[in-house]
Amino acid sequence: MALLWSYSIRNVWVRSSTTVSTIVGLALVSLVLLAVLMMGTGLNKALIESGSADNILLLRKGATTEIASGIYRDQAYVIRSLPGIAQTADGKPLAIPELVVLVSLAKHGADTPVNVTVRGTQPDAFALRHQIRLTQGRQWQPGTTEIVIGAHIAKRFLPNGTGSHLRIGAREWLVVGILDAQGTAFDSEIWGDADQLMAAYGRESYSSLTLRLSKSDAFQQIDGAIGTDTRLLLQVKRERDYYREKSVTIATFIRLLGLTVTSIFAVGAMLGGTMTMYGAVASRIGEIGMLRALGFTRRNILTVFLFESVLLGALAGLLAIGGGVALQFITLSTMNWSTFSELAFRLTLTPASVLIALCFAIGISLLGGLPPAWRAARITVTSALRAPGR
Amino acid sequence: MDQPAIEFRRVSKSYFRGEQEVPILHDFSLSVPAGTFLAIMGPSGSGKTTILNLIAGLDRPDRGSIHAAGLTVSTQRDADLARWRARHIGFVFQFYNLIPVLTAAENVELPLLLSKLAKRERSKHVQAALGLVGLGDRMQHYPRQLSGGQEQRVGIARAIVSDPTILLADEPTGNLDRDSAEAVMGLLTRLHQQLKKTILMVTHDPRAAGYAQDILHFDKGRGVTDDARHVDHA
Amino acid sequence: MTLGTLITRNLRRHLSRVSLTAFGIATVILAFNLIVTTVRAWYAGVEASVPNRLIVRHAASLSIHLPLAYRDRLASMEGVTGVTYANWFGGVYRDAKGFFPQFAIDPASFLDLHAEVLVTSDERQAFLSDRRGCLIGRRLAAQYGWKVGDVIPLKGTLYPGDWEFVVRGIYRGSEASSDETWMLIRWDHMNEHRQQLDPDRAGTVGWYVLRIADPARAGFIARSVDGAFANSTAETRTETEQAFQMGFVAMSGAIIGALKVLAIALNAITLLVLANTLVMAVRERTRELAVLRTLGFRSSHLVTLVIGEALFIAGLGAALGMALTVPANHLYASFVAAKLGNLFPHLDLHPSVLVLSASVTLCIAVCASTIPITAVLRAKVAQDLRHIG
Repeated sequence: MALLWSYSIRNVWVRSSTTVSTIVGLALVSLVLLAVLMMGTGLNKALIESGSADNILLLRKGATTEIASGIYRDQAYVIRSLPGIAQTADGKPLAIPELVVLVSLAKHGADTPVNVTVRGTQPDAFALRHQIRLTQGRQWQPGTTEIVIGAHIAKRFLPNGTGSHLRIGAREWLVVGILDAQGTAFDSEIWGDADQLMAAYGRESYSSLTLRLSKSDAFQQIDGAIGTDTRLLLQVKRERDYYREKSVTIATFIRLLGLTVTSIFAVGAMLGGTMTMYGAVASRIGEIGMLRALGFTRRNILTVFLFESVLLGALAGLLAIGGGVALQFITLSTMNWSTFSELAFRLTLTPASVLIALCFAIGISLLGGLPPAWRAARITVTSALRAPGR
Repeated sequence: MDQPAIEFRRVSKSYFRGEQEVPILHDFSLSVPAGTFLAIMGPSGSGKTTILNLIAGLDRPDRGSIHAAGLTVSTQRDADLARWRARHIGFVFQFYNLIPVLTAAENVELPLLLSKLAKRERSKHVQAALGLVGLGDRMQHYPRQLSGGQEQRVGIARAIVSDPTILLADEPTGNLDRDSAEAVMGLLTRLHQQLKKTILMVTHDPRAAGYAQDILHFDKGRGVTDDARHVDHA
Repeated sequence: MTLGTLITRNLRRHLSRVSLTAFGIATVILAFNLIVTTVRAWYAGVEASVPNRLIVRHAASLSIHLPLAYRDRLASMEGVTGVTYANWFGGVYRDAKGFFPQFAIDPASFLDLHAEVLVTSDERQAFLSDRRGCLIGRRLAAQYGWKVGDVIPLKGTLYPGDWEFVVRGIYRGSEASSDETWMLIRWDHMNEHRQQLDPDRAGTVGWYVLRIADPARAGFIARSVDGAFANSTAETRTETEQAFQMGFVAMSGAIIGALKVLAIALNAITLLVLANTLVMAVRERTRELAVLRTLGFRSSHLVTLVIGEALFIAGLGAALGMALTVPANHLYASFVAAKLGNLFPHLDLHPSVLVLSASVTLCIAVCASTIPITAVLRAKVAQDLRHIG
């Protein structure tokens, strides 16, 4: 049987041009699937992982985004006194009211401006969101017009980094630091002092309030307390759920389009595989007859041709994965349709998506190879010898 | 004396098999007067088929010149050669080389597509050619529905339908049983005698060669014996 | 018989291979059409915009409003022949999936400036005389089965509360590109509500729309508007409606870019599939092609045979792909509508998409033929006859 395996391998090797085009075609199709999976993972990472499991986000009742929400100072004060909230090192409640506004920034080297989220907050926000750390410069001084910018903002809009000036609202702001949020949505944000930002926009209210629970099951307690307080009229959400909802539209769109296209492709690629393998069978009728005459069984022949299909599929899959590795270096930035603000995410390769792409390529190739292999197995010695062959 | 139908002047030709040069013709000259039926005999690899290919302009000599049907074949452009071939050369092959997806009539009609003949005239010619080879009743048959001998007769009909001056036959009986072979040879003889065609036939088969007017024995790039009055060679 | 006969007979020789190839090409064309339709849907807003309208908004962001007091100053500016204003209402019907755009507008001036929104004079009158009234697009009405007189409940996100609006008319778009999924409610009604609940933000508008007499002077007028409000509490940014819509498209640029790359990759796949089949077909007919040459056929004839075969297969695939596109696009559009609501109202199949894919396919057929054609042209007849005697 080992001889038959090497027979298959050599045949794949020898049938150069048609084999190459089949493999490349199938690899392209698998790459599309892989790219869709990678976009999905990247979006998940950017949005869902922006939320921490123990964080809770408070918005005005009815508001679906932080931009559309509003929380007054007295409401924030009431909330900070509620039990069940974690504390900072110096004993203050870890509950931070924030102002979120959008500003138009022109992309470096492009003239159409895009909306960027600016978050007015407190230095404690770093304690609230573990995934974020400063990679350059320093934090802003409370009470000044200093800001730190996300890694993605720095790359796309402010290539000069710290020391640059930016006009937000009615004021000039100085960039003093760059933060790294590990691919989450905060990489596309600008952070500064809440009171200064309020003043710049002439606003008297915050947008939202994020707090850290002292323990996971304190959620019910706080939800109950806020629900019964008629002064508040706020909705309580786990931060994770909030970000998941924000990603629903765009993630659904990418998945929908990607899967529609991939499933259409799958059919096409299968046809391509079938065709190539039919060609392979047709050009080797004489050989197959000879193998049968030598005593190889139909099952042997079937296995050999199926193995050849699997080999083609595996090569295509590997090629697609190679493409996927290259795609990892791409960062897509798009408008998040739920908030109308800029959101950047990186195509992310996971072992699961690698496995799915590989199985897809092999599966498609195997399915496509089945009818030709079946035909090859049914070739009889006599018909093979009669066939005109060169 | 008329200009010869085919003339080789000091022609040399060799092939490469990998790195190795294989000489086929060396300083070969030949003159075939119009209306001759010449058989070329010789062992495999002696260059018989090369002579036919050179005449038809399918291959080019390394040195020397070739003249056929009033044209210096060895110096023409490919496109001109193709036009000339359509008018003056008919080919008959050992394996018939009919197009399997076309009927007998359509196979015969193929060369006429290159002429300016109207559809009706073409079918008249096709009928005449197939009638001449005795297959007037098999016009709509596909090659796989015909016997070997019948296929070869369709091949001959295809070769003569455009009324070429020169007929080149490459082992026309090589794949046939004796009866079919005799029918085919009878047909070629008739074409020579009645239509005054110049015929060059390459063959292994002494019985087939016997039908020819002259026989050129061919070995190692040279004609070695000559039974012919009309054929001059060096 | 003609060369065409030979082409069709050759095609019939490997019917299964030809039909597999045609099907393969059909699937690729199907995917191509869906992608192009999606990209087109993105640009639908740009296409529907009118050159003689300018949008004036807050310089910093769309989320920050402008004072209503700007209206009269804008109206008095040179070259401006009409002013209206609107707010994004952002209500939710039933759940978040029931998305459709809602604008709070000033009825008379909005309808005056937006000539593409067609309502009967009765409907217009009914809308003008009912503060709780609304106009909805024909498509939106069809989607939810709403009729004139129906009450539409919305949950406000930007303007909190439970709202109810009475359908006073169903508008049609005058152009194919007009968006018929809007819901237009009355700005004065919304503002009243706001004065009670959120007095800080009452009396402001999301953006102004200006009508100008001469589109050629759009740039000049935009600059003079922005100049007039420079250094005020709310600076403005003015651009043509088209540029404004383009801004939305540009913000999703990466996804559109990815789709365009995908569309090109698709054509590469078609090329591979077709070239593959043609190469196989020519290779197994090497000897026959040599025989044709001995009969006096010229290179141009053989090239015709190959291209003819390529065009036929590609044409078959294209026809099949287009036939499949019609139901598939319908299915796709209803899928998207079910999952994403009216985010993409223009996923209709447009004839130009079919024309585009057909012509691209034919070009590809010709490109794909070049590979086997070079093989045909390089062929050595004497060798291909495979008989060196």
